[in-house]
Amino acid sequence: MNQVGVETKTEMVTVYIMGQAYKVPAGLTILKAMEYAGFRLTRGVGCRGGFCGACATVYRLPGDYRLYADLACQTPVRDGMYLALLPSTPAERKPYDLRKVKPGGETLLSLYPELARCVACNTCTKACPQKLEVMDAVQAALRGDVAQVAELTFDCLSCGLCTLRCPAEIPHYHVWQLSRRLYGAYLAPKAEHLRRRLQEMREGKFQAELDRLMSLSKEELRELYKAREIEPE
Amino acid sequence: MNRLVYFPGCALKDQAQGYEAATLAAVQALGYAVQELPRWNCCGTVYALAQDDLMRHVGPVRNLIRAQEQGATELLTLCAMCYNTLSRSALFVRNPENLRRINAFMDEEEDYRGGVRVLHLVQWLAEIGPERLARAANPGLQGLRIGAYYGCTLLRPKEVAVDHPEKPEIMEGILAALGAEPVLFPERVECCGAYLAVTRPEAVRLRVGSILLSAAHHGAELVVTACPLCHFNLRERRPLGAPRLPVAYLGEVLAWALGTQPIPEEIARTVGVRR
Repeated sequence: MNQVGVETKTEMVTVYIMGQAYKVPAGLTILKAMEYAGFRLTRGVGCRGGFCGACATVYRLPGDYRLYADLACQTPVRDGMYLALLPSTPAERKPYDLRKVKPGGETLLSLYPELARCVACNTCTKACPQKLEVMDAVQAALRGDVAQVAELTFDCLSCGLCTLRCPAEIPHYHVWQLSRRLYGAYLAPKAEHLRRRLQEMREGKFQAELDRLMSLSKEELRELYKAREIEPE
Repeated sequence: MNRLVYFPGCALKDQAQGYEAATLAAVQALGYAVQELPRWNCCGTVYALAQDDLMRHVGPVRNLIRAQEQGATELLTLCAMCYNTLSRSALFVRNPENLRRINAFMDEEEDYRGGVRVLHLVQWLAEIGPERLARAANPGLQGLRIGAYYGCTLLRPKEVAVDHPEKPEIMEGILAALGAEPVLFPERVECCGAYLAVTRPEAVRLRVGSILLSAAHHGAELVVTACPLCHFNLRERRPLGAPRLPVAYLGEVLAWALGTQPIPEEIARTVGVRR
């Protein structure tokens, strides 16, 4: 009932969760539909905002052979959907010392030799809820282009759907994380202005001003704050 | 300017970067604009021989689709292994049933229609023609005695061979047009040992030793190859006492001949280039 005295009917759809039919209100996300149906989710759920990658899920639609993959918190239910609980995709993260590894293909392939099993089937790309070019990133990793891998996987949430679907059993999200770390540590242009500023701070350039602020009373600080320079809009 | 759509392959972006740079500059000097495929994946590296291994053809055929998307009817490769894998997969999907199954699997791509010819650098240069190469060859190769080494993947199986699988002369023709003196040697069609370089380097050393010895005995001052794996083995997997013959890529020699790249000092010294 939305308005006083006016009875409206919520439109309901039927979804199948682990093979069991449930009627749930249309417009719910897969995550909320599961909770509406009575599942209490303690794993496979996180931020509910499409950022954390915890609620990776797969589903099918009636009359369609494709197995779709998406985030349960971002995908509205549709009538006839086949749903499942998918808590996480196990994958081993290999240990490494970032200070000792080189930013190249040898590092990626020696830690994750299964990369070389890629047959370019593109199943990973089809599974990505972030619409990343996952297979292109595997291919870039194979030819040692760490910068390209970091670029292509910048928006990866580590949801693990590509890793779950990969016939070559590649642990993608660990390879991406390693690549981004290598990129940050060795390949990204160094922030020269930051280095200069840190040098100035070490040399005490700002010490007098800092000492003055520390000597002020709370009232004086408040006045100073109010009178601060604000960039024009 | 004529457009040439190009598939690099992993080796050309890694160990064989010099081969790529030299070749592409030379090809451009011949009047062709080289356009690298905007997206490409590994060729597959080794052609799958299992009859039912459809999955292994998906990667190579996807590259053919990328070429098709660019409106290309020819796809240039510089790597002999990529040439072999891609052209054999192109043959595989000439069978309509194979093509149908591959296209059904790759439902996210446009269907492959079968119209892309995979072309290796040696074929492309041969088709440009010796007259045109000779005209462009300045300073030329000045009578350098070069043994062309073919290895396996440009010649076998015969369905994809760039020339006669046992008596090839296609590279010799190119080298002669560029001003070299080609040296025929029987081991030019033998296997270099290929990827046994990783698991059985000693087996590779035996192969490399007899190839280099044969080239040297027939008077070669330089061995030229068009395959990154042969190149690696011929240089890095030599047995003790092997002839100190320099080894270069066909594309590098082309660049020297066209003057887009100078002959490296160490090779000029070894072979005593007549300047």
